[in-house]
Amino acid sequence: MKTVTDIQNAAKPAFDARVARRDFPILHQQVHGRQLVYLDNAATTQKPRAVIDAMNLFYERDNSNIHRGLHELSMRATAAYELTRERVRRFVNAAEDREIIFVRGTTEAINLVANSYGRRHVQAGDNVVITHMEHHSNIVPWQLLCEEKGAELRVAPITDDGELMMDRFEAMLGPRTKLVSVVHLSNALGTINPVKRIVELAHRRGIPVMFDGAQAAAHIRLDMRELDCDFYAISAHKFYGPTGTGVLYGKAELLEEMPPYQGGGDMISHVTFEKTAYNKLPHKFEAGTPNIAGVIGMGAAIEYLEGLGLEAAAAYEQNLLEYATHAVSTIPGLRIVGRAREKATVLSFVMDGIHPHDVGTILDQEGIAVRAGHHCTQPLMDRFGVPATARVSVALYNTREEIDSLVAGIHKVIEVMG
Amino acid sequence: MTSELTSLYQEVILDHNKRPRNFHKLESANHHADGYNPLCGDKVTVYLDVQGDIVRDISFEGSGCAISKASASMMTEGLKGRTLAQVEELFQRFHDLVTGRPENPANPADLGKLVVFSGVREFPVRVKCATLAWHTLRAAKENRQQPASTE
Repeated sequence: MKTVTDIQNAAKPAFDARVARRDFPILHQQVHGRQLVYLDNAATTQKPRAVIDAMNLFYERDNSNIHRGLHELSMRATAAYELTRERVRRFVNAAEDREIIFVRGTTEAINLVANSYGRRHVQAGDNVVITHMEHHSNIVPWQLLCEEKGAELRVAPITDDGELMMDRFEAMLGPRTKLVSVVHLSNALGTINPVKRIVELAHRRGIPVMFDGAQAAAHIRLDMRELDCDFYAISAHKFYGPTGTGVLYGKAELLEEMPPYQGGGDMISHVTFEKTAYNKLPHKFEAGTPNIAGVIGMGAAIEYLEGLGLEAAAAYEQNLLEYATHAVSTIPGLRIVGRAREKATVLSFVMDGIHPHDVGTILDQEGIAVRAGHHCTQPLMDRFGVPATARVSVALYNTREEIDSLVAGIHKVIEVMG
Repeated sequence: MTSELTSLYQEVILDHNKRPRNFHKLESANHHADGYNPLCGDKVTVYLDVQGDIVRDISFEGSGCAISKASASMMTEGLKGRTLAQVEELFQRFHDLVTGRPENPANPADLGKLVVFSGVREFPVRVKCATLAWHTLRAAKENRQQPASTE
């Protein structure tokens, strides 16, 4: 087993978190008289100056509604909004801009697919396959759909280490399976699922696949054309962009034949009281005035992340996660929940006789922000027989010094709780 | 350690967390209810043995943080032998204590040992931990079928 010193001596990846930190104004503050240590990045990441400025600039200079105005400001706003679509397309390597649907976030993207694709294709006696490590947002929309249709929701089991049991997963795919929807990177365990293999197994049987990429987008290079999945959902606020903005990627041929999700302005081409003709992709799925400033902020976040180098940042985070994993492993009575071979960013743990909430409150008094709770994955908590965990999640601006503060903080927790 | 932290995790609270009193199912119970905090997943069941208008016995089961467990434990200790009217009055006083309502300053003398929870008012996100058992107690008195919720 590698020691902390071994990891310290390992070659450092070409990325400097100390420099990147300067780009995030919020990190430079004190909380309860201590320097803030923000380790709740799986809940939401902080925003670099470039994102904040892009959104402010939009409101100060270009604010207007899109896709309809004939005036200068509206044209600027439309251009900036559509430029982001192209930027997102490149970010996820989709084939066409019209495959990029702007939504509020991952939750809305999944609901869109469940309501539009799901309601059209899932009938009584059919089934939808998910896994035991899904966030509630990738459980409940399918539950609602299955209840409405009289379909079955199948849940693929996971191992004690938090890995998907691939043989059991494959065995669940049947002639009546109409969709598979799986998390790419688990928010509660950090597990990275074998997405390529999942697509292969499902496609071999003609079953389309959706991935919940909420956590993955900041840490894993996405490539829709290589992955060949049918739907993929991301949220801007998990990769240094604003809240309330996200993307549903969908293959054009599937999106084309899907009915609209919401009705309203922008999604139509012609309306009479007798009949409405819908707009073409992607506008068919973008009813109403969207979060224009948010979309522009998302574009700035992608530009920022690509400027730093997503792969370099991810390699640095991986190194930091290993450092943290080794460091907390030395703490008596602490047990890590989620030990998948392939994992990223997340370190979930429980402590003997000390509830995660008390861990969270005491760490907060030390200026350290972690998440304590069920992480919107109650079935997963039940699976591991814990009511909740404390969760540390690292981002590109976190440092080893911050992990050292965390370890000292956990020792303080033990001291306080006796 | 911050003074807020010391006043939140007082010795008495830590002791009740480690050795909760009346922490079992009550066979003689004629009232019980489940309580649940959907935000954090804390669960508690409160059992009551009420004869006439007197709480003859009370116990609880469940899982939760130090604050919620100690609160439930000390609640059961403080309510044995009380009348239902007294229980309701204590509920109000305790609630005012942990929410720190200025218009209703709690009188330490009325609350007895429960004053150790006064530190909770400095931690608004932990108020629900302290009150879960009490909300569940109220539901048990009324024999409500739906679980009590902090929401």
